[in-house]
Amino acid sequence: MKKKNNASGGLGQLLIPLVALGILIVFNLFRDIGFFSIVMRVNNSGNIVLTGNLVSIIDSASELAIIAMGMTLVTAACGGQDISVGAVGAISGAVFVKVLQGMGGITPTSVIVGFLLCCLATILFKLFNGTLVAVFRIQPMIATLILYSCARSIAYWINGDATPQLNSPIISSIGMTIPGIPIPTPIFAVILVGLLLFLIFRFTSLGIYTQSVGINEGAARLNGINPTRIKLISFILLGVCVSVAALIGVCRLGQLNHKTLLVDIEMDAILAVAIGGNSLGGGKFKLIGSILGAYIIQMLTTTLYAMNVAPVNVKAYKAIVIIIIVVAGSPVVKSFLTNLWRRVRAPSAPSGPRKEGVS
Amino acid sequence: MSGKNGNNRLRAREPLTDTQLLMYISVGIFVVMYAAAALTLKGGFLKPQMIFDLLNDNAALIIISCALTIVMIGGGINISVGGVIGLTVMSCALFLNNNHIESSALSILVTLLLALGIGLGFGLLQGFLVAHLEIQPFIVTLAGMFLARGLTTILSVNPVKVAHEGFQELVKTKLKISWLGYTAQNGNLIPAKIEIGAIVAVAVVIVMFLILRYTRLGRNVYAVGGNRQSALMLGINVKSTVFWSYVISGLLSGLAGFVFLMHKPAGNASVAMRSEMDAIASSIIGGTLLTGGVGNVIGTFFGSMILATIQKIIALSPLNASWWQEMASGAMLSFFILLQSLVLMRKNRSKRKAKQKAAAKTAEEKPSGTGGGTA
Repeated sequence: MKKKNNASGGLGQLLIPLVALGILIVFNLFRDIGFFSIVMRVNNSGNIVLTGNLVSIIDSASELAIIAMGMTLVTAACGGQDISVGAVGAISGAVFVKVLQGMGGITPTSVIVGFLLCCLATILFKLFNGTLVAVFRIQPMIATLILYSCARSIAYWINGDATPQLNSPIISSIGMTIPGIPIPTPIFAVILVGLLLFLIFRFTSLGIYTQSVGINEGAARLNGINPTRIKLISFILLGVCVSVAALIGVCRLGQLNHKTLLVDIEMDAILAVAIGGNSLGGGKFKLIGSILGAYIIQMLTTTLYAMNVAPVNVKAYKAIVIIIIVVAGSPVVKSFLTNLWRRVRAPSAPSGPRKEGVS
Repeated sequence: MSGKNGNNRLRAREPLTDTQLLMYISVGIFVVMYAAAALTLKGGFLKPQMIFDLLNDNAALIIISCALTIVMIGGGINISVGGVIGLTVMSCALFLNNNHIESSALSILVTLLLALGIGLGFGLLQGFLVAHLEIQPFIVTLAGMFLARGLTTILSVNPVKVAHEGFQELVKTKLKISWLGYTAQNGNLIPAKIEIGAIVAVAVVIVMFLILRYTRLGRNVYAVGGNRQSALMLGINVKSTVFWSYVISGLLSGLAGFVFLMHKPAGNASVAMRSEMDAIASSIIGGTLLTGGVGNVIGTFFGSMILATIQKIIALSPLNASWWQEMASGAMLSFFILLQSLVLMRKNRSKRKAKQKAAAKTAEEKPSGTGGGTA
């Protein structure tokens, strides 16, 4: 099986997300072509913004896309997933709001200081997870289960039983749009985080190290890589991603609710990683796949809402579509289709199959 | 050549395997924790009824933990168990309220079959997708969870209470053991009560233990989880082994749904929410590895008892705010997980040292022969 995957090469990993995206787009084209319309409109605060389903999909998938990128790294390095991202995100938001309150108001400096401190707090919590995973060799899912079950309580403790409101043009320009720029700011945040990670992988060996630790830890150690350090770095980067996502989440709503901030995002993030064609067992990874996965999930949800499915029932339809997507992308179906394709082509092109070395 | 195979064979011959060690640790933790609770909190912990209460309240959790253990030993995961419980409870409650079967025993039987059927359906579907289409088990069962939760809300958004009389009698039926009871303040002897669900849960643990240890399927599950490639080369039908492990897992989750309904006879969209995480935690605390090949149902049983005892201790302790409870249970969980990991690391380190010593000895005796290979 592995041989086949290798044979299909670079694009192979992105086949599932691209096919899924294609299916969704074609389906929406036939259902209602107006789904794709994008118009300029004046919003409540008097700014000209782009509106439309596509913009809202890309906008509201931002938190998911950012966390999915971090999750991809942790998955690749540790061969397991961090299920505490949503709950730690709540802590992150709580710290951010606490700092804003402590500094007596929302000013550009207090927002920056607040973000840096919430980044720091999140990284500390993620290092706790990372230490359990990398040093004590506890399986990631169980090591992060601890914070998954109690981090929201910590967020509650930090901020008391309150849902503080944040009303300020600074907050709304982070969470929604900056006056004068018609594109929602969270989209820029995704691009920024993506670019940052891309540059890190482009100019350091972190990417290749992460892959090698994920593929074979022992071999990586024998080659002079420190697996513990690589795993901790992956958790730190995830921490940064989580705090950016929490910042967007808080600013988007203009309030902090420790119960609903980034709730249930961990499952969606893992799903995004998997739909993106990354193995959940660690090793090779493609960040772009996970980002695509996040947009696919959001597009699916938006499509279902546009079809007037009640929000509580969305899960069932989502499940059916996910099953169809993964069945279409499964190795067995893929090889069946390749064989079929080859058999159809064989009479017309006797020179033989293009891809070789499959079996 | 003798790298991995030789190691495995050696490990099997050693008196204490990792599986057993992890299981003993979890049993030990349970005993110590229970004793500590009995000494400090007194109250109910001195009465045998407390243990039965733990069983009564957590029967469904024990069953789904077993459901997870078999899948996890096979190297997979099943996070749809909680969702299947929710769906089963809701559909059984609706069926009991709306059916027109005259005999109440028959209608309960049909309800049980419905519960098992739902579980079986999920098991067959997920087993097929994981084993034959080779899709990652996490996605398949996550989709299964979404499907089950979504179907539950499609069936009914509002809570449904079971009004069926025969079933309510079944809920009240309890095994009473008088010699394990205690005398209440007014002098009456209150016998120890065991619910049917608790008995079913213990029976499931025993049956699963026997299946995993003595049947071909059980042994194949260990082999497939330990090393898929070697299992394939040994001639084990990997696909059918994985398939049947998911079918058993699904069936058990359906049964757990019925047991849950017997404990709390009401359907609700949020029934058993997030219980899959508790079940995974129970299995892992009991010594099952998420990577497969290692695990034991008895350990899982004690793992879920540990989780249940933590919750009980915190509920009885003076920390009554819910967020304190969650933080305390998180702290205790991390303590036990760390303890387990430290014991395991210590053991592995001493084993490695012993091996290095042995290797050094052989190297001294035969300087030309076995130099490297033991690093």
